[in-house]
Amino acid sequence: MSLPLTAREEILARIRAALPDLKVPVETSHASITRSYGRCSSLDRGGCLQLFIDRLIDYDTKVIELTDETELPAAVQQALQDAGEDRLLVPSGPLQTLAPENVNVYVDHGLTTPELDRAQAVLTTCEAAVASTGTIFLVHGGDQGRRALTLLPDHHICIVCRDQVYGSLPEALAAIRSQSARLITSISGPSATSDIEMVRIRGVHGPRRLTVLLYGDL
Amino acid sequence: MRIALFVACYNDTLFPETGIAVTRVLERLGHTIEFPIEQTCCGQMHHNTGYQKDAVPLVRRFVSIFRDAEIVCVPSASCVAMIREHYELIAQQEHDPDFAREVRNLLPRIFEFSELLVERLGVDDVGATFPHSVTYHPSCHSLRMLNVGDGPYRLLRQVRKLELVDLPNQDQCCGFGGTFAIKNADVSAAMLSEKNREVLETGAAVITALDNSCLMQIYGGLHRQGSSVRAMHLAEILSSSEVDR
Amino acid sequence: MSVRVGKTDRASSFPVAAKAALRNDQLRRNVRNATDIIRAKRALRIDEMPDWEQLRQAASDIKMHTLAHLDYYLEQFERNCEQAGGKVHWARDADEANTIAAALIKQYSGDQPAEVIKVKTMTSDEIQMNVALEHAGIRAYETDLADMIVQMSSDEPSHIVVPALHKNRFEVREIFREQMGLVDLGDQPADLTDAARSYLREKFLRIKIGISGANFAIAETGSVCVVESEGNGRMCVTMPNVLISLIGIEKVIPTFQDLEVFLQLLPRSATGERMNPYNSFWAGVEPGDGPTAFHIILLDNGRTALLKDERERETLDCIRCGACLNACPVYRETGGHAYGSIYSGPIGAILSPQLQSLEHSRSLPYASTLCGACYEVCPVKINIPEILIHLRGKIVREEQATLRGSLSAECLAMRAMGTIFLSHRRYESAQRLARLGQKIFERNGQLTNLPGLAGAWTEFRDLRPLPKQSFRDWWKTRVEAAVSSEEAS
Ligand code: SF4
Repeated sequence: MSLPLTAREEILARIRAALPDLKVPVETSHASITRSYGRCSSLDRGGCLQLFIDRLIDYDTKVIELTDETELPAAVQQALQDAGEDRLLVPSGPLQTLAPENVNVYVDHGLTTPELDRAQAVLTTCEAAVASTGTIFLVHGGDQGRRALTLLPDHHICIVCRDQVYGSLPEALAAIRSQSARLITSISGPSATSDIEMVRIRGVHGPRRLTVLLYGDL
Repeated sequence: MRIALFVACYNDTLFPETGIAVTRVLERLGHTIEFPIEQTCCGQMHHNTGYQKDAVPLVRRFVSIFRDAEIVCVPSASCVAMIREHYELIAQQEHDPDFAREVRNLLPRIFEFSELLVERLGVDDVGATFPHSVTYHPSCHSLRMLNVGDGPYRLLRQVRKLELVDLPNQDQCCGFGGTFAIKNADVSAAMLSEKNREVLETGAAVITALDNSCLMQIYGGLHRQGSSVRAMHLAEILSSSEVDR
Repeated sequence: MSVRVGKTDRASSFPVAAKAALRNDQLRRNVRNATDIIRAKRALRIDEMPDWEQLRQAASDIKMHTLAHLDYYLEQFERNCEQAGGKVHWARDADEANTIAAALIKQYSGDQPAEVIKVKTMTSDEIQMNVALEHAGIRAYETDLADMIVQMSSDEPSHIVVPALHKNRFEVREIFREQMGLVDLGDQPADLTDAARSYLREKFLRIKIGISGANFAIAETGSVCVVESEGNGRMCVTMPNVLISLIGIEKVIPTFQDLEVFLQLLPRSATGERMNPYNSFWAGVEPGDGPTAFHIILLDNGRTALLKDERERETLDCIRCGACLNACPVYRETGGHAYGSIYSGPIGAILSPQLQSLEHSRSLPYASTLCGACYEVCPVKINIPEILIHLRGKIVREEQATLRGSLSAECLAMRAMGTIFLSHRRYESAQRLARLGQKIFERNGQLTNLPGLAGAWTEFRDLRPLPKQSFRDWWKTRVEAAVSSEEAS
């Protein structure tokens, strides 16, 4: 007597019954897919960074351009000041040193949700960015914080180094490929909705404000 | 050139003036027209409505009638779409290699009327005169399946005394869709009323297209509204000359 | 097996439901307005992309490749996901998926009231998960703004991306006023969005179980990707202790790098954005960040039945961007409810009748003029018109196999026409007969009131009567004239 099939066995059996046996190995067949779309941006570094800035601004992101790292503390202060905020959340680690003195700093040594919810702004770095879409990739943990950090406060201040900016999405994905099984969030502008009459409203459940501090060599 | 005319069953029965116009234009350009009298229907209506089995003998019939033609001219974009998009597949499903070969050989010789003029014969000016304002509706089959592009506009721009007016939202379907017009008559009529609002907005005296089926829909709605806008196949405009007027 | 696609059991056929929708001017204005805006934005974004066609082709190729090896990729996905700490369940149909979800929620809720927060998932609407959860005593909160509007007004989604696009701001204000008890609520979209934010914030922070769908399940990494805009998705996949993701088996893609194609196509097609605000990716559970338990329900619900035939299989390529709805002239007239299924528009017209075989869905493949606008915009190049024709063929074959069907007016007419077209002599007599027969219907030089099937034509449009001379008659007289003039000379 045979046992009734499990759902798993049955679904896989249905699939196998429906599909013809293919002679070519899966990997070979996947590798042979034609990819004639543009994988690399044709822009030079300068053009690429300018495009990144334009795209960020186009999607309601504030950009503060810096020349080098030493300007970061002042820029963080300015970003908070402009938004009228004085409760800043930072992942534990080196970013703590960038927090201005006149604000309340919440360092995430495992803060509770209500504690996180009390912060007005959060400061993180990022893993990579895409110029053509104005997108920032976070691979969570370390200076990029666990996910709730950049979700609950109303203002996300993100430090992007110029050499992290890629022209196209394929380039950026290739750059983070080795971490692709980790927790990743891509962010393009502040949270938004167009669900009511297609009017774009900034700030629903995620941060309403996004500020990018762009530093480093060209 | 010897050109065989496949006039399309509905043109034959309902719009003979289109076939006559095609004949006149092509003869004026010095070509010889043949009309194989055994022709009936390309099978489109059956095929697209789901009666695919009934379409097969019609497809075979079409192929056997036109297989030796040098060029086949079809003044109906949707019939050409049927032939180009489906004949090969139908032949494949019939598992008849000879039939499939005949279809493959025939396909490059099938031309929609405006395609034949612009792409095959390289003519934009057919020497027509038409002293009216005209707007052009790119029917869905001509636009998306045949990709006729700007051919019809080039032909219309060369017509003397013709005033060409742009149709807003021209790529919107008129709501005909073959049996759709019957099975979903209410939606079809709603689509049509939008199309016709735009046709009337242009102020044109004549609406033209490459498909009399769409024109039948557009005209049917306009006439019901009491409008005097006329619907004419492109061939009829191109066959007009000062002498006719 | 009980395959279900939304609350379809009560739906009327498309022509009947469409007729009702056409009478609702407000709804039609709202649908028209919303689809016009998305179409314009989409067109703008696609103009920026010189390699759009190549991306579409690659997307179609990747999807077809994946489906051709679906067993391989599902097993790979399962392995990697479980290695990362997730638990994969398989569900043959809607009931099985709902049972699994309800049992998990009960188990994790313990003696607490069972509540869940949900991020937009069409798949859960497909299996009517909210209804099933309610029966099991579980309270589900939709958190996507539009889904929340639909849920609060006990409505049904009318679009796969913007489910409440049939409602305008005033209608939304009334719903929120009543459901949230906000008497002074303004009617600006910003006021309404703010209200939703405060209402949901409490739920996000309190409720311990989240439910999501997935836009992509990546086999190579075992991770899941959710694409969204509002941040409610991030909330639902991050804040709870337990996360359950319901994923249709066709959502799997081979590699992380393959996203370079889909993430370029999807946002531009769906909302006309270069990139949507948020994409979340996670594999299994990660200590110290987010849920400590993660369950995946892989759902079949009729999908495997589409794999055999390559035409039908193409339907499973869909990435649910909604571009075909916005482009469809039929959808734009009727809105989504007329399709009697949560999947509306062109994709609904091909998907619903294939997933289930209910009476009403047999009218769906005919709810199209085959104008091709859907195929033109589809980012994964699904040839929807061809699939519609294919499904029409199936329906006709089934009809013809029954006595009643084979004797229907349409079937008889089609058969008669088929026979007439097989001989040009028969065809010519039919032309003559029609010319004679039409006389009694002629009014002022037009046919305005035809009987039978043709009556649906003349209900809305006039028809010029058949002219006295057909083209072939003209041709024959011309040939005869030529012959006799030759003879005369
Ligand atoms: S069928 Fe194509 S256009 Fe329609 S929703 Fe699916 S992916 Fe988008």
